[in-house]
Amino acid sequence: MARRNLIRELQSACGKKWVLHAPEDLLVYEYDGTIERGMPEAVVLPDSAEQVAAAVRIARRHGVAVTARGAGTGLSGGAIPCDGGVVIATPRLNRILELDPENRRAVVEPGVVNLDISVAAAAYGLYYAPDPSSQKACTIGGNVAENAGGPHCLRYGATTNHILGLEIVTADGEIVQAGGETGEAPGYDLTGVLVGSEGTLAIITKAVVRLLPRPESIITLLAIFDEVNQASRAVSAIIAAGIVPAALEMMDKYTMQAVEAAVHAGYPPDAGAVLLIEVEGLAEETAEESRAVQEVCRDLGARELRIGLSPEDRERLWAGRKGALGALGRLAPSYYILDGVVPRTRLPAVLDGVYAACERYGFRVANVFHAGDGNLHPNVLFDERVPGATERVLDLGGEIMRLCVDAGGSITGEHGVGYEKRNYMSWIFSEDDMEVMARLKAAFGAEERLNPGKVFPTSKGCGEVSSRMRAAIARAGPDAYI
Amino acid sequence: MATPPPIRAPVGARLIAPSETDLSRCVRCGLCLQHCPTYLATGLETESPRGRLYLMRALAEGVAQPTANAVGHLDQCLQCRNCEAVCPSGVPYGRVMEAARAQVLAGGRAPLSWRLRALFLRQVIARPGRLALVAAALRLYRACGLRAVAERIPVLRDRVLFAPTVAGRPFRRTGVIARPQGAVQRRVALLTGCIMPLAYGRVHEATARVLALNGCEVTAPAEQVCCGALHAHNGDRETAAALARRNVDAFLAAGADAVVVNSAGCGAAMKEYGALLAEEPDYAEKARRLAETVRDVHEFLADLPFAPPASGPELTVTYQDSCHLAHAQGIAGAPRLILAAIPGLRLLEMAHADRCCGSAGVYSLTQPQMSLRLLDEKMREIAATGAAVIATANPGCMSQLEAGARRHGLRVRVAHAVELLDEAYRDSGAGV
Repeated sequence: MARRNLIRELQSACGKKWVLHAPEDLLVYEYDGTIERGMPEAVVLPDSAEQVAAAVRIARRHGVAVTARGAGTGLSGGAIPCDGGVVIATPRLNRILELDPENRRAVVEPGVVNLDISVAAAAYGLYYAPDPSSQKACTIGGNVAENAGGPHCLRYGATTNHILGLEIVTADGEIVQAGGETGEAPGYDLTGVLVGSEGTLAIITKAVVRLLPRPESIITLLAIFDEVNQASRAVSAIIAAGIVPAALEMMDKYTMQAVEAAVHAGYPPDAGAVLLIEVEGLAEETAEESRAVQEVCRDLGARELRIGLSPEDRERLWAGRKGALGALGRLAPSYYILDGVVPRTRLPAVLDGVYAACERYGFRVANVFHAGDGNLHPNVLFDERVPGATERVLDLGGEIMRLCVDAGGSITGEHGVGYEKRNYMSWIFSEDDMEVMARLKAAFGAEERLNPGKVFPTSKGCGEVSSRMRAAIARAGPDAYI
Repeated sequence: MATPPPIRAPVGARLIAPSETDLSRCVRCGLCLQHCPTYLATGLETESPRGRLYLMRALAEGVAQPTANAVGHLDQCLQCRNCEAVCPSGVPYGRVMEAARAQVLAGGRAPLSWRLRALFLRQVIARPGRLALVAAALRLYRACGLRAVAERIPVLRDRVLFAPTVAGRPFRRTGVIARPQGAVQRRVALLTGCIMPLAYGRVHEATARVLALNGCEVTAPAEQVCCGALHAHNGDRETAAALARRNVDAFLAAGADAVVVNSAGCGAAMKEYGALLAEEPDYAEKARRLAETVRDVHEFLADLPFAPPASGPELTVTYQDSCHLAHAQGIAGAPRLILAAIPGLRLLEMAHADRCCGSAGVYSLTQPQMSLRLLDEKMREIAATGAAVIATANPGCMSQLEAGARRHGLRVRVAHAVELLDEAYRDSGAGV
């Protein structure tokens, strides 16, 4: 009965058509890009910040949690409603409200797709720099929430460096402005606190993003190595040579196999690893850097170097990298993507450790990652239909995270803590640290009302709610439809 | 040509429900979302490829039931396969959707509309005599001016818009339909199909002339039948398989170097005959062999390569990719290559040329609202190019775009790309 009222109120606030509550409809909101599951009690698709605020107030009155969702491409379970409750999905909030080339900024709604900003800004020779591999699908709201990274964040920094201001809806359902259109607002940096808060402090309803001018010249290089170890040593050597490429990416053997099958990028089947390196800036500068990068790679045993100068050639070299994650679906029914970060110089040793751990567990692993940042993404290939496989993969994931932390690194480079890694938080933060974070959350009045079960360690499982809801669907009793 | 009713061939269990291997291929990365017309139109995960795959998996596993709501989401899918073309994981989406629909239909809980649709496709589309009667009615409906009246009445307007245009001479020829003036370099068999010869007989005439001019002897085997694409798309794989078997026999008997198809949907279906009949011992090998010889007409001409026409009329043309050519067959370059080879023709690309126009087989009839929405968007993008001609590669798309032009009062002509090539040849005085 309570759920019936909740749905009715949401319907009157946002329109009947934009509130989903049938079991089959809720089912497809129980996943994101991870292997976690959690089913909401209702999904609402608001069309304005006011409707978002109204939905938050209604959920609050009914004592249920709210989880924001963009395109559901996240890789830490951030959009999964662990406690059921209401999912606020943003695909309808997808307007670019303002494009301001003089001040190099754009005001966008949270459901705008990352790449669409750059497409719209291209007419002015501008673009939005952070480029997660899912940039053709992922939305700015999710990027802000997770402080998303991407290949080019090596040079330009992650999302937080590109957000000037935000409009948010608080847990109380109030619309609040943070930061400003100029960026450096006096007082506390509220915007900075909100970026990367993973939907636990507020819901983003508008973002003012920084646009950058397109560099005069871009050169993309593909260096092919026989051994992973050669490639990972080249990474440090390039940076040590004083070059800061715009991007410095690595893919290992399994990844190349999958990518080859997907896009026919022309990778040699017997290569151990490739580095994808992009240098950009003024023409003379990039020519010089490109020469230096080639020299370093050759010194460390690169057997082949390919160079992309035209946009088409560069896109071809990149195509493999950008579709790499999805392409892994060709190698196994499931994969578990890990996200850890280590000091660059420790890459060779940690990678060896990753391969060894996976071998010990009997899982294949495909590595594709932002090598320049020391940001590892081991993808463990498995079959979730095999009983016990998921648990073992999660254990393996924990061990790999431990490797990163022991090497002086951290448990996430760019995907966020989310549901997945909340229990590793204690490896890098003291109890006092966590207490401070809890107080910050309390200051926003968010408690467990916004995206519960994320970031903070708890013992409650995300799947419990989901299996309850799934059972309801299997029965498909009449009440399941309200 | 009297054709007995198709016998529904039994098909293997593999074809009646999506395979677990196919379903588990989706890793939910979401890269399909921005390529799905219905997701872009609604923003709903339930109307996205990823969501539908998840739902189909739940249906296959018995986690979800084929309720009207669930089945409705399958129904909203255009089967344009744009998602399949961009999927990095290689999910065979078209095959999964066909099997999922087959599963619902075979499960006995399919909605009445699905069963009526299957009945219509089996009893009318697959039976040339009955289809010709429907075509005659549609021809009369347009010729007597009733259509013009109906389309002006506000309450009727949207409802009657998608009645297919049937005009011009139907194509009824069989046997050898065209010969080159010089030596025969290739012998090809033309799939005439079900709708194309009735609604756009002129496209077959143009195709035959163009092929002959490029050294081909063109045969239309008399024993051929409808390709079965519409049946397969709507969950009736048994009828699709029965039709496929007859075409395999008819075209193998013709012994041509290639089977040329000028309708994108039929070409895609025939290229998949091998998979459709894979479990039938008598046909598996033959079907695979035939499927390997199937070529879309643009693909075939580009590979020949065709002789570029010496001249052509001044024309501005925009090309609408037919989904089952661009996405299912992966052919987007060949039609553009042909158009670009025509002197005097200026190709003006529209935005999102590879996005579905909303025709999608019988979709415009079963889902008129979504179809109209996609069509309206399409017509705006076409109008923005200012082109005088819309070229496309499938009869369904042609009919849909003609309806769009009428609805938007746009003075554009809709043509098959091969018709334009044919006209250029004729303009330059080349004759057969």
